Amino acid sequence: MRQVLGRTPYYVFATGLAILFLAPLVWTAVASVSPHGATAQKVGYGLGNYRTLFNWEAGLPTYLLNSARVTLLTVALTLVLSVLAGYAFARFRFPGRDVLFLLVIAILMVPYVTLLVPLWVLLGEVGLRNSLEGLALVLTLYQLPFSVFMMRISFEAVPRELDESAQVDGCGTFGVLRRILLHAVWPGIITVGLFAFLNAWNDFIAPLFLINDSDRFPLPLAIATQRVQTHGAIDYGVTEAGVVVMALPCLLLFIFLQRYYVRGFMSGALKG
Amino acid sequence: MSLVLEREHVTQAPPRPAARRPWWRSRAAKGALYASPAVLFVLAFFVLPLLLVGQISISEWPLLQGNQGINFPENYQNLTRNRLFWPAVGFTVKYTVVVVVLLLGLAMVMALLVQNRRRGVGFFRTAFFLPTALGLASASLLFWGFYSPSIGPLDPILQGLGITDEPIRWLGTPNMALFSTVALIVWKFAGFFMLILLVGLQSIPTEVYEAAKIDGATGWQTFARVTLPLLRPSIALCLIISVTGSLLAFDQFYILTQGGPDNSTTTVVMLIYREAFRRFDLGSAAALSVVVLVALLLINVAQFRFLRRGVE
Repeated sequence: MRQVLGRTPYYVFATGLAILFLAPLVWTAVASVSPHGATAQKVGYGLGNYRTLFNWEAGLPTYLLNSARVTLLTVALTLVLSVLAGYAFARFRFPGRDVLFLLVIAILMVPYVTLLVPLWVLLGEVGLRNSLEGLALVLTLYQLPFSVFMMRISFEAVPRELDESAQVDGCGTFGVLRRILLHAVWPGIITVGLFAFLNAWNDFIAPLFLINDSDRFPLPLAIATQRVQTHGAIDYGVTEAGVVVMALPCLLLFIFLQRYYVRGFMSGALKG
Repeated sequence: MSLVLEREHVTQAPPRPAARRPWWRSRAAKGALYASPAVLFVLAFFVLPLLLVGQISISEWPLLQGNQGINFPENYQNLTRNRLFWPAVGFTVKYTVVVVVLLLGLAMVMALLVQNRRRGVGFFRTAFFLPTALGLASASLLFWGFYSPSIGPLDPILQGLGITDEPIRWLGTPNMALFSTVALIVWKFAGFFMLILLVGLQSIPTEVYEAAKIDGATGWQTFARVTLPLLRPSIALCLIISVTGSLLAFDQFYILTQGGPDNSTTTVVMLIYREAFRRFDLGSAAALSVVVLVALLLINVAQFRFLRRGVE
């Protein structure tokens, strides 16, 4: 590309593109505190939109807490299931191992919505419909293909001699996992946790299908509902304040854990 | 510590043959035990729902009353009688073609821009990739304000530059709604596909480029004859992910256009939601879900075949 473009055109083009990509993000942050007659922040710069959002219906803390609960449950469940399964698939031979691994990966081939309709019925049968716990179970399901795959290759990358020396020292298979391997696969665990966090925090369609009690809405569903339920003029300022609240944890995590994010990509890309 | 253990080893009788060990203490059993939580989870929340969606799709199943018995093939027949069905299929396909072409085209340009280490490349990579960190619903809500006539910045900018005189209805007409949503998706996902292509680009050995240079290939020739063919696996991956994702589009249209104006941007997945929770007909929603599942499997098999044949 730089042979095609000269030095100056290269920088002009790339910078222009970068500005286009950053502009909407900067605009939201600015718009959420800017004065506008049609928003809760009428005169001067300030946090009026955030105050309105804070007090909307059940209140921002409730929705934040709902999101945090779903997200942490999903991350915890995903980690437990995928670490154990990754260990099993990487280190043990047992009947049906390859079929079971393929079954987990096959989740990817089934569209999200195809499962949401029957899951709505099933969760109703066991009393988990309209609950954050039921939602976390569904979100975990869609994390499993990536997470189990990721943990399996993480365990496989650890030399077997490490297990064997620990076994000689008297560790059982669980001791090997807990005392030795967990430390060795730490980067994989962070990658799996990060993806589970981002996907659970941001998911929209699963809560839309499964949660109908507005007090239990996670943040994205609450913000999306807020804008259509506000009577009279639509307050776009409050929506943008909500976008900032939702985006901040993602951007922070992304900036601090960029390395682990890219790691997840490489493994996924190599698979193809 | 090790001394004690060694003595234990010595005093131990010769290793017992594995067959004598009870099966539940064998290594295989332990492996199966570690896999079992995930396997049970997948059986309960994946295999069982998959069977159930089949049953719902052949049953009369109102949302609130539940199963009213088998009515096959009524739900499937009703699909095509739904006046929104074919328009939704047509729109979803059109949207997919437009998004995939623009998205992968731009992602390729961006990957080539940031492929080599030079000043500022780190900044460009981060800038292009940052929208990917947002959720799709967040990004859609962001653009909902961005396109709004009230606080949106586009009209003031365009009018200030003297390009337009009147406010543009960014979501007001079918074509503008499609265009505006595609712009959102390209903004949100170009960095994602850039990264996949970048990983592919960096796995191409530099010797190949040097050889092309020695043979006197121009920049464009190198790209078309060397880079593109070697990038084929990465492009295939991008294609499959973006086609699947676009055919299942929901969040962006639900939030940005609500399927309007005049149902012109209603996608197939929106139709499933509508059948289930607006028309309270779980049977039809399940039938449509099964059709989407089968269609997607066929499309992905076709893509795999096509892409693989190209490699050989």
